Amino acid sequence: MARFRKVKEFVIEKLIFASGIASIIFVALIFIFLLREGVSVFKTTSIGDFLGGRFWYPISDPPKLGILPLILGSLLVTAGAIVLAVPLGIGAAFYIADVAPVKIRHLLKSCVEVLAAIPSVVLGFLGITLLVPFLKHTLGLPTGLTALAGSIMLAFMALPTIISISEDAINAVPREYKEGALALGATHWQTLTRVIIHGAMPGIIAASMLGIGRVIGETMAVMMVTGNAAVIPTSLLQPVRTLTATIAAEMGEAAKGSPHYFALFAVGLVLFLISFLINLTADLFLNRGKKR
Amino acid sequence: MSAKIEVERLNLWYGAFHALIDVGLSVREKAITSLIGPSGCGKSTLLRCLNRMNDLIDDVRIEGSVRLDGQDIYAGTSALTALRKKVGMVFQRPNPFPLSVYENIAFGPKVHHLAKADEMDHIVEDSLKAVHLWDELKDRLDESALRLSLEQKQRLCIARLVAVKSEVLLMDEPCSALDPMATLKIEELMRHLKDDYTIVIVTHNMQQAARVSEETGFMLLGELIEFGRTPDIFTRPQDKRTEDYITGRFG
Ligand SMILES: Nc1ncnc2c1ncn2[C@@H]1O[C@H](COP(=O)(O)OP(=O)(O)O)[C@@H](O)[C@H]1O
Ligand SMILES: [Mg+2]
Repeated sequence: MARFRKVKEFVIEKLIFASGIASIIFVALIFIFLLREGVSVFKTTSIGDFLGGRFWYPISDPPKLGILPLILGSLLVTAGAIVLAVPLGIGAAFYIADVAPVKIRHLLKSCVEVLAAIPSVVLGFLGITLLVPFLKHTLGLPTGLTALAGSIMLAFMALPTIISISEDAINAVPREYKEGALALGATHWQTLTRVIIHGAMPGIIAASMLGIGRVIGETMAVMMVTGNAAVIPTSLLQPVRTLTATIAAEMGEAAKGSPHYFALFAVGLVLFLISFLINLTADLFLNRGKKR
Repeated sequence: MSAKIEVERLNLWYGAFHALIDVGLSVREKAITSLIGPSGCGKSTLLRCLNRMNDLIDDVRIEGSVRLDGQDIYAGTSALTALRKKVGMVFQRPNPFPLSVYENIAFGPKVHHLAKADEMDHIVEDSLKAVHLWDELKDRLDESALRLSLEQKQRLCIARLVAVKSEVLLMDEPCSALDPMATLKIEELMRHLKDDYTIVIVTHNMQQAARVSEETGFMLLGELIEFGRTPDIFTRPQDKRTEDYITGRFG
């Protein structure tokens, strides 16, 4: 009997080990593949022209493969999303964790879960049919397909992550801090904004970064509402094209082995590096929060 | 000697559980009053009634009166922050905020708008001096308070109350997390502080009550069994149950 258990434990241990290794191998393989296909673009276009080029005309002859407009498009849409989602998400997290009456708290938490479960295509669909016309009319724009529409979509997608992880961080703040502040005669609001927020800060920053990391690679909804014009954006109220939308829209048409094809892989590489950096930073903050 | 706090026929229920039963006592100004009794008898509950910390708990019902300087603190809710400024609390586990030493002290004066920015340095210095921490910490004011020793943390928590000019210090087993040396030092500090502050201390350490307090109350199962001068309680208890407790027959 004891032997059987030992064997079973041995097998399970090895299986878990194998799945851990497998995930590392998969990531490595994906990265190597991206790298191999992506660097081929630099045979025809220099790194400087690729990252800093102002024009993305992949099918002109010779093709112009500058992704600066795409990088800026992604940055603009993401920055807009951050500005919208981070304050809203943190505020909502504080409300749910520390202010809302029990019933409303449960209701809101379910709402956040539902929001997280909506597929991005569906959100994008709602964006096209409701948000885009709304923006066009209220702001008097020639088209509602704008960076702003993309930012709003992404903000919706980042919110569940930001809210639930921030809320965990706030709840993890020792109750003694709150009692200490209230016992000094601080109001509930002062306690929240001057004490609890300090205890929760590493977690809140990590939540924001993970929320952003979750949406920076987001494609569908953004492609549906941003208009996809590959020009260097100057305002949130004009159409833009993101890195992800470019890959999704053009991968089907690019001839295999053409500079265009390799350029799309290189775009993927750039995206990969960006999300990797964001996740890494978020991890650093989460771990720093845990150590204390 | 006048009474700083007068408690009369105080009853408290946690839901259906009757946790304080007809408690009445008066706390002398600028003296140390201790509350002793076995664990779970309601000492903390009584203490938390004096600055209305029980208001934070759902489903609590309180009857009776608590008068501070003659004013019933349970009449009206508007002065809650002012009450807690006047009646400060030191907790069992030292609970400095996750801020610097300086900001821990400055927190109270800031939320009560007691000081202009240029006066804050003085307040911090004076408050730390009052708890004999200044010499140890004057070069570490910007360090996180979470890095202090337990004893330093507890002193810092007392200094926070000094900074808002609390008049009453409620201490709920303030030494139970400390070693014997640190305990003696905190007791010494309490003797210093009683010249300026009214102190109520909860302790399950009878020697501590005997060492520091002028008056002692003995509680059992939610009732205040006996209350009087500390030497009387410890040498001539009137109630059989008090005698059993202090001679160590239970608890
Ligand atoms: N928040 C609460 N809800 C319900 N019962 C409580 C609560 N706090 C304390 N009690 C109960 O009230 C009684 C007195 O508790 P407490 O005042 O903490 O005792 P002591 O400080 O003397 O050990 C105990 O039986 C305890 O279980
Ligand atoms: Mg207690």
